[in-house]
Amino acid sequence: MNIDPWILAFSAVTVLVTIIMGFRSAKSSKSASDFFVAGRSVSVGWNASAISGEYLSAASFMGIAGMVMLSGYDALWYPVCYACGYLFLLLFIAGPLRRFGAYTIPDFAEGRFDSPVFRKIAVCFVLFIGFFYTMPQMKGAGTTLAYIFPGLPYWVGVAVVGAVITLNVALGGMKGITLVQAVQYWIKMFAISVPIFVLLSVYGGYGKNLSLNKSSADSPPAIVQTVDPANTTRTERLALPEKAPKDEAWIAPFGPLTTKAAKASGLSAEEARPLSLLYTVSLIVALVCGTAGLPHILVRFYTNPDGVAAKKTTMWVMILIGVFYVFPPIFGVLGRNFLPELYDATGSKGPDKVVLELPILIRQKYGILGSILSGITCAGAFAAFMSTFSGLLVSMTSALAHDVYGRMLRPGASAEDRMRMFKWCAILVGGVSVALGAMVEPLEINFMVGQAFAIAAASYFPLLFMSVWWRGMTMKGAATGMLTGGLCALGSATIVNASTLALDKGPMGKLFAGFGGINEFWVAHPLLRILAEQPAIWSVPLSIGLMIVVSKATRKSIPSDVRMKMLVLHAPEALGLKQEYIQEHQGAGH
Amino acid sequence: MSQPPPDRTDFIHSEEFLSGLMKRQLKLSISCASAFLILLFGLPLMNYLAPGFMAQRVGGFTLTWLILGVLFFPYVWIIAKWFIVRSMALENAEVKTAADGNKRSS
Repeated sequence: MNIDPWILAFSAVTVLVTIIMGFRSAKSSKSASDFFVAGRSVSVGWNASAISGEYLSAASFMGIAGMVMLSGYDALWYPVCYACGYLFLLLFIAGPLRRFGAYTIPDFAEGRFDSPVFRKIAVCFVLFIGFFYTMPQMKGAGTTLAYIFPGLPYWVGVAVVGAVITLNVALGGMKGITLVQAVQYWIKMFAISVPIFVLLSVYGGYGKNLSLNKSSADSPPAIVQTVDPANTTRTERLALPEKAPKDEAWIAPFGPLTTKAAKASGLSAEEARPLSLLYTVSLIVALVCGTAGLPHILVRFYTNPDGVAAKKTTMWVMILIGVFYVFPPIFGVLGRNFLPELYDATGSKGPDKVVLELPILIRQKYGILGSILSGITCAGAFAAFMSTFSGLLVSMTSALAHDVYGRMLRPGASAEDRMRMFKWCAILVGGVSVALGAMVEPLEINFMVGQAFAIAAASYFPLLFMSVWWRGMTMKGAATGMLTGGLCALGSATIVNASTLALDKGPMGKLFAGFGGINEFWVAHPLLRILAEQPAIWSVPLSIGLMIVVSKATRKSIPSDVRMKMLVLHAPEALGLKQEYIQEHQGAGH
Repeated sequence: MSQPPPDRTDFIHSEEFLSGLMKRQLKLSISCASAFLILLFGLPLMNYLAPGFMAQRVGGFTLTWLILGVLFFPYVWIIAKWFIVRSMALENAEVKTAADGNKRSS
């Protein structure tokens, strides 16, 4: 197998630019405050691009297309909820959080309840969610490198990309990252949209390609496609292999993704429909609430100069990512029509690489242009997993260096010690991420990201939402709800992944063989399988419910200055209550 | 609920100001959220109850694919824009209320 020089060149340039920018801006970040939250002086445009750049991960760039190709309509919920979850963040959380002012979510948790203990609990979830989110990024890295260098083992790609980014973060910090992230958004936007415009001009429009898949509601004459000799665009697609889902199931709601568990148990289509609806609703809850509770995204709201800027930033983020998310499903549709052989492959050779490979198709017709476009999408994929992984690495490393080391282990550590520790923690987190990433080749990228969202939805989202809007919340209530909901979601996601990995025919199947028995349990209990695969529908209410019940039971421990805290969270910043609050706290010996 | 004795007596620090503030903000947020949730949960429900209607073709798309894959995004932008305009106006009004209230209480 030979390596396409164009694809290699585009990818190499992306990686080099990222690293050089990281090093250059590392020079300009001096103080510890610069390092952690970029000195809080980032403009709306830059910050919105940076948040979008960090958010659009391998799941968005590669995973959605792969999942739409594999599962059809149901997978569209992912891009929609990834984008629209931001609305929830804007409506309920962004403004108050920014007014309160703190470096991280653990800072908020501690400040809101005056409890250093609670900070320690809150920090755990930065790491839990972070590691779940890095696994799919690592799969994206392994898949892309295996595509560029045919024959390269999956785990080598994971290790190489992991090492490069870890080094970059250890030396750059967040100031560097903001600029890098912003530029990477535009690389990704360019990389996903330009190839699509070219492909659509060759293969016909989005709607036209979709119409090649007949739905059960189509009347038979409407689906007859004719090849117009005057028009060079193809109107016929390639034959689908045996493993591909049928048209009617693929294009309609409640298709392969949401009926998998019910089908495995042999339920009829009618019996499976309510379960599919349940699956869909639970998925929506996980993604929408999860977006509002992602630690590496929330930390960026603190880099806005004021609450008004924070709101404007969110608006721009929604537009930037919304436009982006129209494109990946088109790759999935075209992939189904013109690259059906991917259905037969699994792991890093399966549908998750459709974005990378699809542009190659036009090589027959336009020669080198196909390679160039494939190079562009590879560059976009690099930008995707590199930026998200860097962002996650920064927030997980900050949690370890700033919270665990700086506050728990050695509160008296000098700024210099903390900076040194930041670098060591980055290496530690990067190493663990690579090890986890190497194990998840058989799992779908997008599915794993959805699980990270479900954990965030059951832990941080209830914490933030309830602490901002309900005065009666106590530390014990918040901690009980967050821990129970979050750990339940984490546990069920882990069980589902272990049982899926046990089915793998490769080395992971052997490693996880002990979990094979769970699959028999799933067959007997399809409802439980769905509730474990999409836990948000029960874990989010569980978390919020516990918060209310336990807070009511411990109402004596409501922070004594809760009214002042609420004023800081909600009153317009022009009233200057924040400064007053800080002075009072310093006066009181905090 | 055990409230501390208010250390300041002006209007900004009063219970009246805070509860009014939170109520108005929450009302705005909830009304925007409802507009969003109606489509968010209405769409799967329509898919469930009227599958034939949602599967009709619109320019090659099925109706439900067109809504979810394309039209959902601008719909949410409109809600977001509306919220931002309204919440900024609300903040300005609050600053004014606070100033007026303080004048009265002093």
